[in-house]
Amino acid sequence: MTAVEEAPADPVGFGRMHRKEDARFVRGQGNYVDDIVLPGMLHGAILRSSYAHARINGIDTSAAEAHPKVKAVITGKTLEGLGLAWAPSLSHDVIAILATDKVRFQGQEVAFVVAEDRYSARDALELIEVDYEPLPVLVDARKALDAGATVIRDDIEGKSDNHIFDWESGNKEETDAVFAKADVVVTQDMLYPRVHPAPMETCGQIADMNKVTGKLTIYCTSQAPHAHRTIYALVAGLPEHQIRVISPDIGGGFGNKVGIYPGYVLTVVGSIVTGKPVKWTEDRSENLMSTSFARDYHMHGEIAATSDGRILALRTKTLADHGAFNNTAQPTKYPAGFFHIFTGSYDLEAAHCEVTGVYTNKAPGGVAYACSFRVTEAAYLVERLVDCLAGELKIDPAELRLKNFIKPEQFPYTCKTGWEYDSGDYPRAMRLAMDMAGYEDLRKEQAEKRERGELMGIGISFFTETVGAGPRKHMDILGLGMADGAELRVHPTGKAVVRISVQTQGQGHETTFAQIVAEELGLPVADIDVVHGDTDNTPFGLGTYGSRSTPVSGAAVAIATRRVRDKAKLIAATMLEVSPDDLEWEKGKWFVKGDPSTAKTIQEIALAAHGPMELPEGVEGHLDGSCVYDPPNLTYPFGAYICVVDVDSQTGHVQVRRFIAVDDCGPRINPMIVEGQVHGGLADGVGMALMQVIAFDEDGNCLGGSFMDYLLPTSIECPSWELGETVTPSPHHPLGVKGVGESATVGSPAAVVNAVLDAIGVRHADMPLTPAHVWRAMQGNPLRTDLAIE
Amino acid sequence: MQVTMTVNGEKVTRDVEPRLLLVHFVRDVLGLTGTHWGCDTSNCGTCVLWMDGEPVKSCTVLTPMAGGREIRTVEDLERDGELDPIQQGFINEHGLQCGFCTPAMMITCRDLLDHNPDPSNDEIREAISGQICRCTGYENIVRATRWAADHPATEEVTA
Repeated sequence: MTAVEEAPADPVGFGRMHRKEDARFVRGQGNYVDDIVLPGMLHGAILRSSYAHARINGIDTSAAEAHPKVKAVITGKTLEGLGLAWAPSLSHDVIAILATDKVRFQGQEVAFVVAEDRYSARDALELIEVDYEPLPVLVDARKALDAGATVIRDDIEGKSDNHIFDWESGNKEETDAVFAKADVVVTQDMLYPRVHPAPMETCGQIADMNKVTGKLTIYCTSQAPHAHRTIYALVAGLPEHQIRVISPDIGGGFGNKVGIYPGYVLTVVGSIVTGKPVKWTEDRSENLMSTSFARDYHMHGEIAATSDGRILALRTKTLADHGAFNNTAQPTKYPAGFFHIFTGSYDLEAAHCEVTGVYTNKAPGGVAYACSFRVTEAAYLVERLVDCLAGELKIDPAELRLKNFIKPEQFPYTCKTGWEYDSGDYPRAMRLAMDMAGYEDLRKEQAEKRERGELMGIGISFFTETVGAGPRKHMDILGLGMADGAELRVHPTGKAVVRISVQTQGQGHETTFAQIVAEELGLPVADIDVVHGDTDNTPFGLGTYGSRSTPVSGAAVAIATRRVRDKAKLIAATMLEVSPDDLEWEKGKWFVKGDPSTAKTIQEIALAAHGPMELPEGVEGHLDGSCVYDPPNLTYPFGAYICVVDVDSQTGHVQVRRFIAVDDCGPRINPMIVEGQVHGGLADGVGMALMQVIAFDEDGNCLGGSFMDYLLPTSIECPSWELGETVTPSPHHPLGVKGVGESATVGSPAAVVNAVLDAIGVRHADMPLTPAHVWRAMQGNPLRTDLAIE
Repeated sequence: MQVTMTVNGEKVTRDVEPRLLLVHFVRDVLGLTGTHWGCDTSNCGTCVLWMDGEPVKSCTVLTPMAGGREIRTVEDLERDGELDPIQQGFINEHGLQCGFCTPAMMITCRDLLDHNPDPSNDEIREAISGQICRCTGYENIVRATRWAADHPATEEVTA
């Protein structure tokens, strides 16, 4: 079951195989946005606020405009004239494209310079004078609703506080009743601090407005090119057919590249103003300080149980810090994303979840970083609470989980906050992880080490995700339903092209989606071209995030391919002069039942479909098919993770010694790619648990604004991952597959934290568990990790 | 100012501003976009290339400092249509996903193998510890390098 490195075969369909896209990447021939050079292209740079909260009394751009290489300087005033100073956010708020009245977070966009080259544009930023009048700064979400708190969003008429929303799920009365009768209630406050996805390629865009044709061509680091195009059309009033959004190779996304940032809009304005293509590429500090952060959830969690360890109910009151603008990218009905799947993997009597969103003087965003719409926070909350309960009851945390899992025969299982879990076999995955880890031996080793004063910890996390958003009657973003299209065309010579709406950022779509077509149609993978990332050449769909590509677009491709196969059957029947009912399918060919010698291959059928043969009534020529897939439900991948750490008792340094990850995402289309996704997510988990945080000082200065301060895990912090799998197909997905891209990021932080706390014998301390913080926690004096304030 | 250097075996002379970073010279002036720019603080290592046979982070080098030197980039790894074993290793062991850190990672790993043809996993991890990958969790980069160590090219690759 462990990840054995077999030599990849060349399967016609599912199986381990090398990626089609790698040939260009290993030659340095990837084509990322910043690699693209257009004739006459100019370069943009953004002046950003050094203050977290300040009124703008004036901006003097005259010196910048006089710079010999500067072509345009754009301020909020310029945009006001175009009606573009403010734009709708993805969450029924507005965001400032360039600040007009005041700045609301450090790093906010204040002016945009367009110049002949990158360096001159940066030079000119230094020449812009902004007259700021500093205002009181609010960085502590826990004080956002205090009387007398500075009001950040005074641009909203009548706004006198920093409240954004209250939202709840589950039944409060029932839950309170169960808590009242419970033998044991364990309560724990915990913070999932603000982190940033930090893909290696920062965000950037080139806008090229052709004034003659009126066509706007955009090259963008976008995970969702179709959504971008439609939003430009809706917001800027540009005709949608005249906008083409191209997402070329993307150097990692992790949710950072879903939304539309002011910089993107500014390249469009810059191109309209100058009549030339305008490129803007973030530097790393801009990326970390201004684009979508993740988490920032202050969670008060409670778990109720019987004294013998039966978990009865969960409830939480959570404060969500959304920064200066509410710009989370998530389905409209769910202001806290899918956080209400904090019910986890357990059979509960009741659950209730309340979330309050607030504004602070911090960068906007709120859903990013492989979180499956806040499932990360949910999984962390429940898996920490279960460990707290295990400590309270003095029950082994593995045993406590096994005792309370939803049983395999209970699926489909509707949880107390309304999610219908499609399928699962949790005990099987848990036991496999324990076997792989040698769990009992580890506990023995730990006991021996404790006798010697050595700190070793074993942490477990068992997660259930809800991914593949989603059924369009429940899920939309800005009114756009979350269904995705796919189109398959088989050429006369039997080669094929499949066009998809989702956009890879490294997940290997060019291989995986070709393998789906190969599996369903019997064409070699090498004969199938996957076209994506270009709105002019692909069907509509909402893009890649929330682990939705395979659950949604994978289904669309499978169904489109089956439609082609069905059409091929009618054509084969004509070729063989038999009734379609007399035909039998074997991968790649139709033949008369019981007589494989009559087989017509899909290639022969493709040629016939384009040839002179008379086709039956109602059958059009050519061989193609399409599908728009509206998922009937989400998919519910799950996994059992066990982390083993050693903690230095003198320094608080944590070394992750082993990490065992058993994932169940249904059948694996390309196991090599799935394992790679899991590896990356596990590194994310180690990073978030031990190193990564975007903290602020009391003046609102961002303390994670470069890779000197925002620490990402390297090869030294990461162990050699040990993977296992179980396979529980989704009953409603045509291929039985579930999403997996974010599973490891969702599931792993709790395992690492549980391991560290197990090692040091402390019930709770917040991430990131840096050496200083671990040491402080061991002294009973844990830090607040989100603020540089004692 | 005028700067002359050898890039992937060819002599190039260009007029540049003295402050131009080598990473931007290679990318924007020469159009060799396999070398990437990922941070401003020499932490991420996506800009690694060879300068006089030593891997350097090219965001820490001013272009005039490369004057008279030999620069080699990812575009020069493949020779006569044959992939370098490190390139093949990255493909075979799934050592890359988004591909952004990959060129620089391959250069560091190639350089390690040139000096230590049979490195342990820990030695590989140490060699790449100055570079960041957000996709792979590093495990498959280690395996890719081991694959290359186990399948050396018939012809010696010179750095």
